Order: sequence, then C-alpha cells, then structure tokens
Amino acid sequence: MTAPKTLYDKIWDAHLVHEADDGTCLLYIDRHLVHEVTSPQAFEGLRMAGRKVRAPDKTIAVPDHNVPTTPDRLQGIKNPESRIQVEALDRNAREFGVHYYPVDDVRQGIVHIVGPEQGWTLPGMTVVCGDSHTATHGAFGALAHGIGTSEVEHVLATQTLIQKKSKNMKVEITGSLPPGVTAKDITLSVIGRTGTAGGTGYVIEYCGQAIRELSMEGRMTVCNMAIEGGARAGLIAPDEKTFDYVKGRPHAPKAAQWEAALAWWKTLKSDDDAHWDKIITIAAEDIAPVVTWGTSPEDVLPISGAVPAPESFSGGKVEAVRRALDYMGLTPGQKLTEIEIDTVFIGSCTNGRIEDLRAAAAILKGHKIRDGLRAMVVPGSGLVRAQAEEEGLAQIFIDAGFEWRLAGCSMCLAMNPDQLSPGERCAATSNRNFEGRQGRGGRTHLMSPAMAAAAAITGRLTDVRELMREPA
Amino acid sequence: MEKFTTLSGVAAPMPLVNIDTDMIIPKQFLKTIQRTGLGKNLFDEMRYGADGTEIPEFVLNQPAYRKAEILIAGDNFGCGSSREHAPWALLDFGIRCVISTSFADIFYNNCFKNGILPITLPREQIDILMEDARKGENARIEIDLESQTVTSADGQSFHFEIDPFRKHCLLNGLDDIALTLEKVSAIDAFESREAQSRPWV
Ligand code: SF4
Repeated sequence: MTAPKTLYDKIWDAHLVHEADDGTCLLYIDRHLVHEVTSPQAFEGLRMAGRKVRAPDKTIAVPDHNVPTTPDRLQGIKNPESRIQVEALDRNAREFGVHYYPVDDVRQGIVHIVGPEQGWTLPGMTVVCGDSHTATHGAFGALAHGIGTSEVEHVLATQTLIQKKSKNMKVEITGSLPPGVTAKDITLSVIGRTGTAGGTGYVIEYCGQAIRELSMEGRMTVCNMAIEGGARAGLIAPDEKTFDYVKGRPHAPKAAQWEAALAWWKTLKSDDDAHWDKIITIAAEDIAPVVTWGTSPEDVLPISGAVPAPESFSGGKVEAVRRALDYMGLTPGQKLTEIEIDTVFIGSCTNGRIEDLRAAAAILKGHKIRDGLRAMVVPGSGLVRAQAEEEGLAQIFIDAGFEWRLAGCSMCLAMNPDQLSPGERCAATSNRNFEGRQGRGGRTHLMSPAMAAAAAITGRLTDVRELMREPA
Repeated sequence: MEKFTTLSGVAAPMPLVNIDTDMIIPKQFLKTIQRTGLGKNLFDEMRYGADGTEIPEFVLNQPAYRKAEILIAGDNFGCGSSREHAPWALLDFGIRCVISTSFADIFYNNCFKNGILPITLPREQIDILMEDARKGENARIEIDLESQTVTSADGQSFHFEIDPFRKHCLLNGLDDIALTLEKVSAIDAFESREAQSRPWV
C-alpha cells in the first residue's frame, strides 16, 4: 500500500526526474508557455551560452502584454519599446523553432487563454510560464505556476525546473452559489478570507459542490487568482466537464491515445484520506457579489458594504490601508454603491473567456452605458472574439456603448496603449488592483463581469442582483 | 552570478506591508530586453513625482540611504507578478539583501537567481532591525551567509534559516542551468520512459 496522496502529490510524483538528499527536486515540465515580456533575456542567455531549446515542441509562444487592441496594430506597433519586445519574440520563436501564434493569427490572445483553447493544457501536466497567472491552467488538474526569467531560461535549456515541494491546502466551497454570484466572487472571497499571503508555501486544491458546478471557464477564473492569495498554484481535479472541454481541441490526444490519456486522467484526484496541511471551508450561500475597495486583492467586501476605517485593522496593515484610501480617493464609511466610476474594463486572463462575455452581455442587453463613461471589452483571444461575434454578443456590447477590441492583456496592466489616467476610476474584471497597475494614479475596483456590466449601466459600483431580470 | 558571502552595509527601512512588484518596478519599465539599467527606476512611482523630480520623503532619496545595500521591509514583500525585473532593479540599484518577516514565493525564488539574499526573520527581530535602519548611515548591518547571521549595529546577532542548496549556490555564485545539465542523463531517461507511458504529452 502506498500512502494516500493529494492530487498535487500525484502530479508531482509523476514528474520527478531527480531528488537530492536535501529534498531539492528536478521536476519535468510538460508545457512551457512564453510571452514577450519575461522571455527576451532568457533567449539571450541561451544564445550567449550556445544552448538550444531542449523541447521546442513543448514550448508555445504568443505576444499578449504589449500588443495594442485596436485594428491598426496590424500596421505595426507604434510604441518603439513594445515593438522591439514583440519583434524579439518573433525572432526568438522562429530561431529556436517553438510553436508560435503571431499578432496577426486569429488564435493569438492572452497566453493563459490560448493554452487551454488550443489543447496544450491537459490534465496531469506540469505547465509553467514566466507569468504569475499561470495558475489559471490548474483548472484542468494540471500543476501550473509562474516562474521568473532565469527559470524560463532554465526550462528552455533543460525542460526541467529545480523545485522544493509545497504544502497542501484544501479550499472547499460547499453548496451551490446563489444567483448573481460567480467564480470571480468565490476567488476574491477566498483571498479576502486568507489574505494575500495566506497561501504562501502552499498549493491549493479547490473542491466542493460549488466548484464542481462551475464551467471550465469559471474554474479557470478561480485558479487564475490562486496567486493573489499567495499560493504557488491552484488545482481542481479533472472530471467529465474537463474531458468534454479538452476533447477535440487541436493539440489534445486523439483516438487510442485519447483513451489511454483518459484512463490516467480519471485517476487524478486526491485520495479520501490524503493529508492536508490546511483546510478552509466556505459555504457558497455565504458568498455575495464582491468588489475590492483598496490596492491589494485582499481588500474585498460584499457590494452591500462600506469603505472600512484604517483603525479597524492591525499591525502594518493600518498604514497600508491609510495609504490605499488616500490613493483610491475614498473615505471610511462611504457606501460602496455610492462610488462613481469613469471606466469599465471587461477582459484579462481572469475574465476574458466566452462565458464571461456572455455573463456581461446578459446584463447589458437592451441597456446603454452611463453617459460619459468609457467602456471596453477585450476578448481573451481572437477565437473568443470570433465566437462572441457569432453569438451576437459583440453587437450587444457595441449597442450598449462599449468599444469592441482585439485580443490582448489590454488594460489589465498598463504596458500597451490601454491605460487609466491619474485619478481615473475603473470597474475591472482583471486580477490586480495594485497602485498604478492600470496606469499611473489609476484606481481599480476588481469584480466579476456581471458586476462590471452593472456598473457600466449605472455609472457607480452596483449590486448586479438589482439589475437581474426574471428569465423570460 | 555574483557570489554572496558577507555584506556590511546601510539598511533602508521600508515598513509598508505588501510591497508588490508593481511598486518595485512599474510595468512601463518591463519593456527592456536587457537585465541591467533598471536601478534608476526602482520604486519609480514612490520615488519620483509625475514630473520626474525626486520625492524627498521617499527613503531611498534621503542622503543616508542613497547607497543602501540592504532593505528592511514589511510583511509579504515582493507579492504580485513573476517579473524578475524586480530583483534586477534592486540589484542594479545596489541592494544585495532584503530582510522581512515574509516574502512572496516567486519573488523569493527570483532573488536567488540573481545573487540577492532574501532573509526571513521573526517580527521582534525585524522590529529591532527596522529601528536600527532608521538611524541611517550610522547603523551598518552585517550579514554573514556562511554562518547564517545578521548582526545589528549594536552587536545583536540573529540566526536565519536558508535552504542548503540555495545557500551553496549563492556562496559559490553557481549557475543553475550548468548544475542541472550535469543530470542530463536522468532527464533523457525520464523522457524515454514518458514517451512510452504518456505519449500524448
Ligand atoms: S491579462 Fe493581465 S494578468 Fe493576465 S497575463 Fe495579461 S497582464 Fe497578466
């Protein structure tokens, strides 16, 4: 009898190449995703050392952070530094022979949306990328996490990573989500509960009925923000929904290989008596639509709440909250629903998938955005964009007054032309509300796509449940 | 990578909690394709006003700390993105060691790849070092990696924990890739096993 294992233990063991006496491990990497911002120095390092990419077939590159999301990008990127970075990726991808989706390819998009969409991300795999939101891929029951540029170079050269094992944490969401409450509210609520350092040293497995009931898109939203909770990775055990999503994707296994893969994937779950170093249980019925009020993703409150006072916190957080409120231009006691916004951003690797656009469009249908508001939708990939156009969602956004953009990271982080100006306040479906994240002096409130759509209609932070109509 | 053995230097106090990588090096500076030159933009939005002039109150703009080599930081330092530009910017500025009660995982890893020593100490000891750091140039803090000690200006010594493999690499300035390539036969063997058992990968 082998000792009972968690899903994380199982994937880890299946990828162990070498273990040193002190517990330092060499882990094999099945998929390496690469984007233009964190890879140039790594490829340059390879070149200087005369090394090759060990497994170009397992390496997938796509530009996303820097690319403008307006149609004129096909005439070339105007910002010279952005252009140089994207051109460097072009050159590196071709020279080292890795899979590549250039800007003018309909499959281009945010790396964490492209990977699953193309069937590169599969259950039981190890997936890394020089990007912290690699955690997204954990939704498939893959061990997926962000790495730094030196590690990118290490994986390119060796297809392995030097790792120490993390601890196991179980986050169980029991029961079913109430109407108007989404995957984004789950993941933000968990961070609100544990804090941004609560997951440090852990790999989280999300489980429970509410997680099972989520679509693959929703599960990706949950795992995406595992990193905001400080965890190395987030995982969800694969099930029929996972297999259905994967089946038929361009790089998913076919025929006999599909059967063999499926047989293994079905074993990928934590054993009943596996050991957990930490367990958190939250009842889905206790989760409300939430927004962030501060400059850390842990600054979360239900939309019915009010801006807290710095004195209600302890330790170093008091000063941090004082600074955050000053930055955000908010006063303690102010009701969250009274906060007026200037901009709405729907997109990012957290909420740029088809289901997210459907959820936002369902609220917007037949409405106009508040006068004077700037609102944009940025699909996570060219394929999501095409599908949304086919389903008529694009037209709903356009009719409501949204800009309908091309795929990229866009206003999730201000590395491309989509930015907030100082003091501009944004309802955003992305994952970080750090100072300056969406542009210097920009003020970010994180929320779900449905909540962002509601805010677009009223021009202030709004409880989406007030706008939800009876089904026809 | 430069070796790290001992360091004696001025420490800058940054008690703010959750200092994230966007604060350490804002995204507009991630467009470089090089590792060097980021020091002038370290903590850019905290350090300079919108017109580019220095904000005098910011710790690294104060005369005593302009050449700081150590940071004493609040909890959860380096949270946020995986950008290695954060340690590159610290290093380029001249910071070789960051001391805090806790670090975000990826940032912590990235430090070791660049010859920066992140030290985790309990709160009471951080409080003492923070007070020490507030004394500016008069208080040099000593770090000895071999013996795993931090010594404050008035001679109080604290022991810190560090993973033996990482310590070994830092002390000797070793390149991870070269070390891993010594195990290339194990990687080859793994790949041929996998080609049999999980051919779809
Ligand atoms: S969408 Fe945002 S969080 Fe996601 S990869 Fe792009 S910049 Fe990072």
